[in-house]
Amino acid sequence: MLQVYLDNSATTPVDPQVVAAMEPYWQTQFGNPSSPHRLGIEAESVLSQCRKFLAQLFNVRADELYFTSGGTESNNLAILGYAYAQYQPGHIITSKIEHLSVLNPIAHLEESCGWRVSRLPADRWGKIDPQSVAEAISPDTALISIMLVNNEIGSIQAVEQIGQIIAAANRNRRQKIVFHVDACQALGSVPIDIKGSKIDLLSVSGHKIFGPKGTGLLYIKDGLLLRPLLFGGGQEGGLRSGTENLPGIVGLAKACELAFKEFEKNKAAVAELKDRLILQLLEIPDSLLNSPADGADHIISVRFAGIKGEVLVHFLEQHGVYVSMGAACSSRKSSISHVLKAIGLTPDEAAATIRIGLSPKLTTAQIDYAAEKIAASVAEVRSIYG
Amino acid sequence: MYHTILIRYGEISLKGRNRSKFEDLLINNIKFALKDLPYQSIKKAYGRIYIDCSSNWEAVVDALQRVFGIVSLSPVFKTELELDAIKKAAQTLMENAQGSTFKINARRPNKHFPLTSMEMNQELGGFVLRNFPHLKVDVHHPQIELHVELRNEAAYLYHTIIPGLGGMPVGSAGKGFLLLSGGIDSPVAGYLTLKRGVNLEAVHFHSYPFTSERSKQKVIDLAQILANYAGRGEIKLWVVYFTEIQKALQRSKYPELNITLMRRLMLKISERLAKRENALALITGDSLGQVASQTMESIHTINAVTNMPIFRPLIGLDKQEIVDLAVKIGTYETSILPYEDCCTVFVPRNPATKPRIDQVLEAESQYDLEALIAEAVEKTECLTVTKSVELF
Repeated sequence: MLQVYLDNSATTPVDPQVVAAMEPYWQTQFGNPSSPHRLGIEAESVLSQCRKFLAQLFNVRADELYFTSGGTESNNLAILGYAYAQYQPGHIITSKIEHLSVLNPIAHLEESCGWRVSRLPADRWGKIDPQSVAEAISPDTALISIMLVNNEIGSIQAVEQIGQIIAAANRNRRQKIVFHVDACQALGSVPIDIKGSKIDLLSVSGHKIFGPKGTGLLYIKDGLLLRPLLFGGGQEGGLRSGTENLPGIVGLAKACELAFKEFEKNKAAVAELKDRLILQLLEIPDSLLNSPADGADHIISVRFAGIKGEVLVHFLEQHGVYVSMGAACSSRKSSISHVLKAIGLTPDEAAATIRIGLSPKLTTAQIDYAAEKIAASVAEVRSIYG
Repeated sequence: MYHTILIRYGEISLKGRNRSKFEDLLINNIKFALKDLPYQSIKKAYGRIYIDCSSNWEAVVDALQRVFGIVSLSPVFKTELELDAIKKAAQTLMENAQGSTFKINARRPNKHFPLTSMEMNQELGGFVLRNFPHLKVDVHHPQIELHVELRNEAAYLYHTIIPGLGGMPVGSAGKGFLLLSGGIDSPVAGYLTLKRGVNLEAVHFHSYPFTSERSKQKVIDLAQILANYAGRGEIKLWVVYFTEIQKALQRSKYPELNITLMRRLMLKISERLAKRENALALITGDSLGQVASQTMESIHTINAVTNMPIFRPLIGLDKQEIVDLAVKIGTYETSILPYEDCCTVFVPRNPATKPRIDQVLEAESQYDLEALIAEAVEKTECLTVTKSVELF
């Protein structure tokens, strides 16, 4: 049976080149970068090389990059670390469609630390109006956190424009507003311009780009002061204590290299696969796209009237096709995705949604097979439920 | 600091000629419960069970608190049959006791010991009063009762009595089949039947792909928790392939009766498996009036499908009482995970609360029931779920 993994926005398999790059650091060059001896010094040097290498890729300074355990930690460190460094609570602007690793630390600041929060709405296609950011700014606004690519429907935010709005607002302010961008779902699919978009904090995750799980990166603009969330031996400039995950960091560096080096090639391949799949999905009666036409190429959110997405997921896995869903339809607990709710889907529409995450490694044959199985399964489920 | 665990068992000592069979079963179950723990010996004596364990006695006590048939247990200090040694032991024990009043309760099965029980009470009572000035004697309601047993081989001292689970040793009551859904109730029903000594096996109805593999894993996890209380530390789980039946029910002309039909089919399939495996009863988590399928009318109509006894240990419990028990036995957190079971995917909008037999028979006549049941039984998978986790 053909296996077609279409859940690449949940996680990706590690690229063989990444596995190869990590290999020496498990058993041979396993030293602790803090150790005084040769093994430690070698490890420290590799760590430093990785940081410099990533700095070149992202066009930033090496001392602006901090290694973390992944997207969730990067987002938490950016938001909580910045908020805890302020003398007094202020105002945060974010959107209703951010990842929970952004929304929940912000909710914590609101509930427990006295921060004020504006959560901007998104339109039907998951777009945040940059003008609404401008309008939400108030004298005590300290932080704005907006994601680049939405992980459920693939909408791309006008981050560059928002960055310009913030920069313009900052010209007349003594306390500058800090701009955080969650780019976990964007890397490898949408260009990232940290300088051009006036970004102060940027989160990246390794396992979404064929890198190892448990690896991530936080860019912190030079001069910005954050408080650590983890205390200990003072690694990562005191901001993130804990012995460095050297194999993981090497793997992250290699995965980022591939994401940048093969960006154009991958983007073209995924765009073609997306078009091919969407054409076939829209042939299915009563199918509708939740994703915007100008969204990221690798995410397709689609719904089929009258179907439970969860049931469709299990029908498809029997054929070796793996997708995700918009909501668990358990009668015990309604767990509709906050993103689908925010773009105005009804509970039934959200429950009828599946999410497809493409990868440049897929073939057209796999896409056609998946499309055929989706059509057949939708028809079968509809016939059973009448 | 203790050397021995003393185990008391109640009901089984009443069971006349079967007594030693029950005792042996309890000892066997205790051995299974202590399989991975260090202890030196298990002995039966004077209507009690003694476990010698010099290290890790907290873990041993913890494991014994999951063995049905044990009424209570006490960690016991063992010492030489010599007055000074006994006093020293009493000193150590009283230092670890909480309370302001005490009493000494000495027994002397060993009549060669020079002091009588009464003399021992006085001697030790005086000793404790001298050494613990804050303690007073209260012979009627002491907060600390220091037991001293003078046996042939040694003296045993203890003051703590830890309640056990009670009930009967698992395996003493024959085999029963539990319909295990993944909800809150059925694991509790399983626990309560294990408590009465039933050798439990579980049946689960799996409607993949309408439900996920996670809902099956959830039931395996629940069976694993129940296995902690099962005599041999494992439970057989029969996973019935229920998908075709669910699909057939979706075509029914009487959708409001689907829950009733589904329940009847579950009982029928369970009965067939139970008979094949020599089980004598079915067990369900029904609680009267809780949902549409648990009204008396529903239970009557559903029950009519089988002659096998059906135990419903939760019948008189309120939901909160069931939840409290689920929390106590450790199944609650797993039960509330939001994965669908076959009852939640296919629930009709308005299930009948008073289904009549004639209506149900009419609805069932749409199908070749025997073929559906035979296929489900044929494709049933048997898993043995053990309490221990093995990863590699």
